[in-house]
Amino acid sequence: MSVLAYGVVAWLFLVGVYGVVTSRNLIHLVVCLSVSQSATDILLLEIGYRTGGHAPVFVSLPAHPGPAVDAVMQALALTDVVVGAAVTALLLALAVQVHKRAGTLDPDALRATRD
Amino acid sequence: MSRRARLVFFTAAAAALAVTLGAGLAGLPSFGSQITSYARMLNELAPRQRHVTDVVSAISFDYRGIDTLFEEFILLGAVTGISVLLRPLSDETRQLAEDKAPDRTIPPPSPAVWLLAVFLSSLLVLTGIETVTHGQLTPGGGFQGGVILASALYVVYLGTNYVTIERFQPQPLLEATDGVGAFGYVFIGLLGLLAGVGFLSNVVGLGVTGNLISGGTIPLLNLVVGVEVAASFAILASEFLDQTAVIRPRRR
Amino acid sequence: MSEAVIAVALVWVAASGTAVVLTTDPLRQAFVAGFFGLGLAFLYLSLQAGDVALSQIVVGAIALPLIVLLSLAKVGKDRG
Repeated sequence: MSVLAYGVVAWLFLVGVYGVVTSRNLIHLVVCLSVSQSATDILLLEIGYRTGGHAPVFVSLPAHPGPAVDAVMQALALTDVVVGAAVTALLLALAVQVHKRAGTLDPDALRATRD
Repeated sequence: MSRRARLVFFTAAAAALAVTLGAGLAGLPSFGSQITSYARMLNELAPRQRHVTDVVSAISFDYRGIDTLFEEFILLGAVTGISVLLRPLSDETRQLAEDKAPDRTIPPPSPAVWLLAVFLSSLLVLTGIETVTHGQLTPGGGFQGGVILASALYVVYLGTNYVTIERFQPQPLLEATDGVGAFGYVFIGLLGLLAGVGFLSNVVGLGVTGNLISGGTIPLLNLVVGVEVAASFAILASEFLDQTAVIRPRRR
Repeated sequence: MSEAVIAVALVWVAASGTAVVLTTDPLRQAFVAGFFGLGLAFLYLSLQAGDVALSQIVVGAIALPLIVLLSLAKVGKDRG
């Protein structure tokens, strides 16, 4: 189980970077980057998981059933997801403006700006 | 660097990274075996100390409130960057001469779509407000509820058209709301300084666990973060909509 | 039992993540990314992280598809 859990994290990260390296379209590139980003969120939550644990919400439990999982990691991952979407939006705005100026979305066809 | 060379370089680097990642991940304790002692202590102490039932909210807005302040400002910075990037450039205009032609009004939406949009956006506003205000009791809070509130605006755009949105939620109002939300967080933090303890201390009365108003400054911070995130995502969508629907290249 | 659910969620996430990268047309990729986001939300729920799953559902179903599709519309309009 540990191998599967941590292996998926490493696989997602590398696959995302592969997508960024071999992409032919800037918008496709940005979505692949967001796949890489979610790999780090998964790792955070997996570190904080405890087998048989329940969510760290203690609503009217007579005696809470068993241990709770790590709440600090969830607090970290929670803001990460929302802010990651905003940064993805920033990159997409860049891609839209690049297309206006250069006429193409292919990273290989973009040249350095003329000086 | 040509495509082939880049791919070869990537394969070599990825292999090295995979080996390093594997060695690092293998050193972690096995999946599901234990959690850190800081987290265990907080799970024990937080409900008693702060009178909240959702420990994740207590950590985000109280024990590690300063980190959430930085995250909120990252969001603000990203949205400012988008506003700067997507401004009309020198060879673009928001209005072409033919926009003023008499037969160029936007056709009204079909009644079915309009009805669905009204129904859905009301539901979304209610759900958003419920998520924001119940952050200290159940999973939820300012970040999630803020995005749900912004999506009510998206549904209104989908059901009507861009002109309605622009009239109903003008850009300056959204930007002012964003700033007020961000400033509100800092202001609540300064309340702690004014009371003689540290920045972002929980200085308001704590209330009874399980009530809607409990946890001191935590529901207040949830509220300002909800306002700020809703305004940020609304600005984000309106900038992109501006680009798609309004800004066109200037005709020479 | 919960271990089996987590294993299924992990496999779903890994498979759809690979599919997102291998889909080259950005319009189709937006839909596959929605499926990937659903898998992520399911994984977060099975790891007992309610707050994070709520964030992922809200962001992955609302904010991300909106901006990707609007960017594609703008780029398509400029080209055609």
